[in-house]
Amino acid sequence: MKGSLIILSFFATGLLLGVFRWFPSCLLGHNVSFCVLCALMFSVGISIGNDPNSFRQFRSLNPRLIFLPLMTIAGTFMGVLVVSLFLKGRSLTDCLAVGSGFGYYSLSSILITQCKGAELGTIALLSNIMREVMTLLFAPWMVKYFGSLAPISAGGATTMDTTFPIIIRCSGKDFAIVSIYHGFIVDFTVPFLVTLLCSM
Amino acid sequence: MLKINKMMFVVVGCMLAGIAVGYLFRSRKIRLIHRLILTLIWMLLFLLGLEVGANETVVHQFGKLGFDAFLLAASGTLGSVFFAWFLWLVVRNKSVSK
Repeated sequence: MKGSLIILSFFATGLLLGVFRWFPSCLLGHNVSFCVLCALMFSVGISIGNDPNSFRQFRSLNPRLIFLPLMTIAGTFMGVLVVSLFLKGRSLTDCLAVGSGFGYYSLSSILITQCKGAELGTIALLSNIMREVMTLLFAPWMVKYFGSLAPISAGGATTMDTTFPIIIRCSGKDFAIVSIYHGFIVDFTVPFLVTLLCSM
Repeated sequence: MLKINKMMFVVVGCMLAGIAVGYLFRSRKIRLIHRLILTLIWMLLFLLGLEVGANETVVHQFGKLGFDAFLLAASGTLGSVFFAWFLWLVVRNKSVSK
């Protein structure tokens, strides 16, 4: 939660400076942010490859729960598909690209800004932050009515970091491994799904 | 279109290269990497803010963008909750963790 507030404040500072044009114009070209983006993706890759637990910890997973990330992705797409029928002026692939951030707002908004512009990038940022906040707020309610897997699916890509503590508290310690596995897989699919949907 | 595809190929390529590098150096922990990731994310969101703020059309419809964002967030979350419920009904009676 604190992390998202800091990130939001960086966005807000940029927003204010942008509105009042208090910045050197060379920062606005796509080149600067694209280079930083590549550096970010490279670092994200290093952190995945460098962690010996990344691939090892999944052995003790119930085989049926392997499908949970698939449920998350399919469910999100179904929900977004329905809403996209009511959102005039936004194409289905635009909506799906926003949805396939799965709460990973930093990366998805940056990727979407790069290929679809700042407007959809802003929607992606706000939408995916909201998804994380909704999960944090409604996790107990989700467990009560939709079972212990519901907050894990709702948390999307964040279930191994920001929403992990709340999931453990609401669903129980038994779901720790599922939650980490789910977060890892969904996290990994975000750059692929977003770039695929953006290029369609 | 072609340009976008090429750009995205570079982006995903960077990540795969990073995984390879991280895996090669897996014997030693690269501690600074999480700090670096966070800093890069801050920089990029600051730049996104600049771009949004300098774009008058986007600034004027900020409320509508927020509303669209809310609809997409709520529908995506609800959809995945329903699908997770379905899987939960299937696995419920078996033990969940080993």
